[in-house]
Amino acid sequence: MVNRIVVGAHYGLRDWIAQRVTAVVMALYTVVFALRALSMPEMNFENWHAMFSSGYMRIATFLFFACLFYHAWVGIRDLWMDYVKPVGVRLFLHVVTILLLVGYLFWTAQILWRL
Amino acid sequence: MSEAAVKKARPKHLDLAKIRLPLPGYVSILHRISGVGLFLMLWLLLVLFDRSLGSPESFAHYKEIVGNPLVKLILLGLLWAYMHHFCAGIRFLLLDLHKGIDLPTARKTSVAVLAVSLTLTVVIGAKLW
Repeated sequence: MVNRIVVGAHYGLRDWIAQRVTAVVMALYTVVFALRALSMPEMNFENWHAMFSSGYMRIATFLFFACLFYHAWVGIRDLWMDYVKPVGVRLFLHVVTILLLVGYLFWTAQILWRL
Repeated sequence: MSEAAVKKARPKHLDLAKIRLPLPGYVSILHRISGVGLFLMLWLLLVLFDRSLGSPESFAHYKEIVGNPLVKLILLGLLWAYMHHFCAGIRFLLLDLHKGIDLPTARKTSVAVLAVSLTLTVVIGAKLW
């Protein structure tokens, strides 16, 4: 075991952990969602609507999407850092990615709290 | 790594058309490709989620959209992307925990990821359509 002194802003380590924590949350939700979807008698509006309007499922679904968007941010940011070298273009793509994902988060909230 | 080790002449195949990736390499690059595909198509999934939960009328509209053969094909692709990203992700989490890092095991789990994600895609795809 090497004792390293971590220097810098630490956002690399934080995002590395966040990438994994959000992945675990999404994986658990996926299993819950799959089980609930499988136990649905018939895929129609009433059943589908009821599935997401129950208290815990609404919050769980919102948490899933929040994790998804954070996870996507780290992944897509890594993509830009790997392939896009000009600083200006990279900054632009980072900003577009953030705005898109934050917009998606509010969209998801709107979908779920309209139920 | 010492400087001598770095300078040792090694064969270079940086031509993407010539590189032959080992199986775990394919799982890795497909993990990235599936992630990008899912990110690019998030808008479509959110539109469908929105339509499906709005009202009985918008649900009918949702049914109409997913009935389109082209949309079906895209969704089948996204289903595979989700399954692959899911399975490969679990494999990467286990690798982070130092589980299955020796080469024979890493190869076996790569095959498992490819096989399980394809099987799940076919089974779920067949059930949905």
